[in-house]
Amino acid sequence: METKNIMIVGVGGQGSLLASKLLGHLLMSQGYDVKVSEVHGMSQRGGSVVTYVRYGDKVFSPVIDKGEADYIVSFEILEAARWLPFLKKDGQIVTNTQQIDPMPVITGAAEYPSDLVKKLKESGAKVDALDCLSLAEEAGSAKAVNIVLLGRLSHYFDLPEEAWMNSLQANVPEKFLEMNKKAFRLGKESGQ
Amino acid sequence: MIEPSDSAEALEFTKLAYEISEKFDTPVLLKMCTRVAHSQSLVETGDRNVPDFPYEKNIGKYVMMPGNAKKRHPIVEERTKKLIEYAENCPLNRVEMGGTEIGIITGSTSYQYVKEVFGDSVSVLKLGMTNPLPNKLIKDFAAKVDKLFVVEELDPIIENHVKALGLTVTGKDLLPVCDEFSQNLIAKAFGKDTAESYALEDVIPNRPPVMCAGCPHRGLFYTLKKNNCTVLGDIGCYTLGAVPPLGAIEMTLCMGASIGAVHGFNKVRGAESENKTVAVIGDSTFMHSGMTGLANVAYNQSNSTIVIVDNSITGMTGHQQNPTTGYNIKGDPAGKIDLEALCRAMGFERVRVVDPYNLDQCDKVLKEELAAAAPSVIISRRPCALLKYVKHNPPLSINRDKCVGCKSCMKIGCPAISMKDGKATIDNTLCVGCNVCSQLCPVSAFEGMVNKEDR
Ligand SMILES: Cc1ncc(C[n+]2csc(CCOP(=O)(O)OP(=O)(O)O)c2C)c(N)n1
Ligand code: SF4
Repeated sequence: METKNIMIVGVGGQGSLLASKLLGHLLMSQGYDVKVSEVHGMSQRGGSVVTYVRYGDKVFSPVIDKGEADYIVSFEILEAARWLPFLKKDGQIVTNTQQIDPMPVITGAAEYPSDLVKKLKESGAKVDALDCLSLAEEAGSAKAVNIVLLGRLSHYFDLPEEAWMNSLQANVPEKFLEMNKKAFRLGKESGQ
Repeated sequence: MIEPSDSAEALEFTKLAYEISEKFDTPVLLKMCTRVAHSQSLVETGDRNVPDFPYEKNIGKYVMMPGNAKKRHPIVEERTKKLIEYAENCPLNRVEMGGTEIGIITGSTSYQYVKEVFGDSVSVLKLGMTNPLPNKLIKDFAAKVDKLFVVEELDPIIENHVKALGLTVTGKDLLPVCDEFSQNLIAKAFGKDTAESYALEDVIPNRPPVMCAGCPHRGLFYTLKKNNCTVLGDIGCYTLGAVPPLGAIEMTLCMGASIGAVHGFNKVRGAESENKTVAVIGDSTFMHSGMTGLANVAYNQSNSTIVIVDNSITGMTGHQQNPTTGYNIKGDPAGKIDLEALCRAMGFERVRVVDPYNLDQCDKVLKEELAAAAPSVIISRRPCALLKYVKHNPPLSINRDKCVGCKSCMKIGCPAISMKDGKATIDNTLCVGCNVCSQLCPVSAFEGMVNKEDR
């Protein structure tokens, strides 16, 4: 199988690391070669963060380059726009519609672009946008945005739900498992 | 020196490094580049093998005083020759023959990009051991291909060596000296097409990292900026004190450098500098490499002001314990170094402790210590806002009728405060009620504050 590319993008502190860990675990359990690469460093603190997940029969490069991502999973809508040039032609964006102002916008040095979901769609990209924060809160915790997104992403994958659940179980603390399962289902069943 | 190209090789090469070290009686460096360090790939785990090597006393070998060192030098030279022989024929270096029009010598993460771009269409000499380099292997490889390239990040180390062997090779003429490579970068350099994608017309604002809402460092940097200080910084979360709107830190070099720098500034520039220059260093960085600098200030007597920002943890690298916290890296109780006592023992008579959430106190103490005619240490102490044991206050809110939109509260660069329709608003999912912003409001528009005593 040709190597497939998933990019996870968001704002430092939103839980994208857990999402990439879970995806890595899931794809490994399906027998794929997997490479995961994180760009964070200082951006742990509210900066733009990106994680690359690549899988296939044999994966070489650990990074995803412009025009290569089969999926962009975005925790925040501006970040989906930032990384759009990395989407493959015909690739799929799955994004949270949440808006988090970056510091230059807060200080007035820059402006947050308007109508991003609409503009992303107009660019020709396939966009699945959902309000993950509300769904996460419905599931029981605003922190479950990452799991809502993965639930939605699972909709595009031909994998048994059991495999996703196993990876969920292996990566979240026992006491939050039920809440996260709910978040996963809410994500999976909502959207387009 | 050996260089793995992914996690699996990092494991395999580390084991080999120990073998080489024992076999040749040599130190071995395992060189990790940024990308290998920040990526994960699958590894086969094995049983841990801990051989028992007895230590034998050998003064001639282990005490490197000049007489002994001179005798060791020929042994080291001999060892290097043996290592070159080993490099010619070791599992770390391998030739992957493919198309022979192009031959690429590469290693580390660059190897992965080369394979990603070319697959088996070119021949590759993958070097896992980059010092010493295998001369014969390189020459033999060069003879088998039409055109020889070196693909390596940063300085042309391999390329220069290949050139010194008298071979014709292309490297930095084609590829940049700066920054990381990627598959597209290499594809473009070799004239190959890269994938098309989508684009937006909008300008996407940057999202630089910021200190967390409620970060204890914020109040301190606000105070330093307000007092027009020249701030010589160090490395940690507090380095973000260099970023707008705080923009207070003017220099950061390497761990511990702030204290040496303030000493140098004050020695050279005298009173003009003494009254406004401060070093700012984190608790962890101070324990790592700040103490020698502090001893220098005390011993060589500069009238310097050093601020230790003690957030009771190593924040930036992921909340590790450090020698001031009373716990070891595993979280078990450990020795706890008392910063105040340590500074006094080094000869500082002026050691002050402030709470960075209390702006008036910070301002008063900073002014006093800058004015004092003796070196001083100010410990700015409050635990990192992300620590589990830290109890937060409920979020504040702003009374829109009272807010005059003066943006005073925005001078601290808190991600929880923004302007909406000309008035400040607070994001209640981020605000932890630290009350630093409210101290800046000229019209008392903040609501929901908890008394200082209750904090
Ligand atoms: C020589 C060296 N070793 C390790 C690091 C990685 N590093 C970056 S920040 C840091 C420590 C930060 O802790 P502290 O000084 O307590 O500041 P905080 O992040 O908690 O504000 C370390 C070890 C480095 N930059 N340089
Ligand atoms: S992790 Fe702690 S020290 Fe670092 S920016 Fe956040 S609150 Fe401040």
